[in-house]
Amino acid sequence: MSRALVLHLGLIAVLFAAAFLLPAYHHGNLARIMVLAVYAMGYNILFGYAGLLSLGHAMFFAAGMYGMGLTVRYWDWPMILALPFGTLAAAALALLVAVLALRTAGVAFMIVTLMFSQAGFLVILYFNPITRGDEGFVIPQAARRLAGLDLSDPMNRYLAALVLFSVVLLACHRLVLSRLGRVLVAIRENEERARLLGYDVWAHKLGAVVLSGSVAGAAGAAYGALFGSVGASFAEVPFSILPLLYVLAGGAGTVIGPFVGTAFMFYLRDLAGTVTDAHMLVAGAALIALTLFARRGLMGLVRARWAGWLP
Amino acid sequence: MSLLLTEGLGRRFGGLEAVRDVDLALREGEVRALIGPNGAGKTTLVSMLCGRIAASSGRIHFAGREVTRLPAHRRIRMGMAYTFQITSIFAELTVRENVRLAVQRVADDAALELRVAETLACVGLEGRADQRAGDLAYGHQRLVEVAMGLGQAPRLLILDEPTQGLSDGEVAGFVALIRAVARETTVLLIEHNIDVVMALADRITVLNFGRVIAEGAPAEIRADPVVQEAYLGG
Repeated sequence: MSRALVLHLGLIAVLFAAAFLLPAYHHGNLARIMVLAVYAMGYNILFGYAGLLSLGHAMFFAAGMYGMGLTVRYWDWPMILALPFGTLAAAALALLVAVLALRTAGVAFMIVTLMFSQAGFLVILYFNPITRGDEGFVIPQAARRLAGLDLSDPMNRYLAALVLFSVVLLACHRLVLSRLGRVLVAIRENEERARLLGYDVWAHKLGAVVLSGSVAGAAGAAYGALFGSVGASFAEVPFSILPLLYVLAGGAGTVIGPFVGTAFMFYLRDLAGTVTDAHMLVAGAALIALTLFARRGLMGLVRARWAGWLP
Repeated sequence: MSLLLTEGLGRRFGGLEAVRDVDLALREGEVRALIGPNGAGKTTLVSMLCGRIAASSGRIHFAGREVTRLPAHRRIRMGMAYTFQITSIFAELTVRENVRLAVQRVADDAALELRVAETLACVGLEGRADQRAGDLAYGHQRLVEVAMGLGQAPRLLILDEPTQGLSDGEVAGFVALIRAVARETTVLLIEHNIDVVMALADRITVLNFGRVIAEGAPAEIRADPVVQEAYLGG
C-alpha cells in the first residue's frame, strides 16, 4: 500500500473515530466540514489539477441542492432517488456550461463562469413561487431518510457525510494517480505540449468541468438532505468563492488539501467569531499570511518541505 | 510510397508569405533535413505539418490520409511526434513524469514503466529521472524534449533544431541516437549545424523566403550553387 493511500485511509479512520469521541458542537461542525470538503474536492479537480479557475461553482452546488430539494418537495421522491437526481442535474448543467465557457480561457473563463452562476442565481429567484429562493424552504424531517436511517439524527448525519466524503476522497486519490489525472496535470502545466503529445485538450477540460460540477452537485444535494434547508443563498457569488478559498488554503492540486483548507477556514472563522464581530478580517489576514508564506497552501507546503510523494 | 506529402502548401501572416507553394514528399524510413537561413519558414512549415498552425493554402497527406484540417492531437495520434524549437516541457514535473506523459498514450500499464525507463536510457537521462525538469541544464532539457518525441514511438519524428545549445559531446551523442532511431522511424530534421545534417540526412530540402529552392542528396546540395549563395555563404 502506498504512503498516500495509508494517509487517506488514515484520515477516514480518524474521522470515523471522531464520530464517537467528539463533543456535540464539534461533531456537528465536522459533519458540515466534510460535506463542504466534498464541494472543495470537486472544485479542486478543475482548479487544482486541470488548472481552470471557475468563479461559478455555486451554480453546480445549487443545482445539486435544488435537484434534490424540488423533487422531494413537489414529487415526494425518496432520498435514494433525489440525491442522485440532484447530482445528475448538476452534471447536465456542467456539461452545458462547459461547452459554452470552454470557448474561453484564463480570465475570460473566470468571468463567463461567474456570469452563468449569477444567471443561475437569478433564475432561482425568478421562479420564486416554485423555488422559495428568497427565504428558502425546509426539507421536512420525514423526507430526510436514507436506507431507513433518519438523516436529521446527528450521528446518522455525521456518518452519512463521512461515507460521501470517503467515497469522493478515495475517488480523487484514484483519479490523480491515473492516466487521466496525469493528463489533466499536463494540461495545467503546458497546454500546447499536452496537445502535441496527442491529447485532446478540449475533451479533457470538458470532462474535468463535468466531473468537478457533478461532485459539487453531490455536495449540494447532500448538504440539503443532511442539514435540511434549500435556498438561493447557496447559489450566490460568495458561495462560489468559498471552495476557491478552501482549496487555496489547503493546497491546490493535493488530494487532502481541500479537507484541510475547509477545516482550517471553518474553524478560523469560528474561533475569530468568539473574539470579534469582524471575523472575516481574521480570515482575510490568514489568507494574506498564507499567500506570503505558503503560496501553495498548507498541504502544498507540506509536500514541498517534507512529503514530495503527496498526491 | 510517401509517408508525408504536401501539395502547394502555404501560409500567410497578414502581408507576409511565410511559406508558399511547398511540395514535399517524405519516403517512409528516410531522414530528411530541412535547412535554410533564419526566417526561411522552416518552423512555420513543420508547424503546419503537425497542426500547430493552420495552412492558408494547399494540402497535407499523412500515412495515406488527408490531414490538412485535422486538429494537432489527431495527427499526433496517427503517428507524428513534434519536438519544439523553443523547449516546451513540463517544467514543474519530474523528468520521468514528462516522459511518462509521452509514453502512456502508446503503452499499456504493464509496459509503461519499462518503456519510460528505456526511453530515458536512450537519451542518457536515467540518472536524472527524478529531478524537476525545469531544474535541468538547457542541454538536458533539450534531451527531455527529444525523449518525449521518441517515447511516443512515432512513425514520423519532427525535430525542430534539436541540437541548439548542446555541447559538442552532446551533439555527437545525439547524432548516434538519431541514427539508431532512423532505422525504424522517418525523421524530419530542422537543423542549423551543417555537420549534423551531413551526418544524418538521406536527403536535404533547402528553404529560402518560404520556397523550396533545392532538394537532393547531401552531396548534390553541397555542390548546388543556388544553395551556396542563399545559405552556405558561397
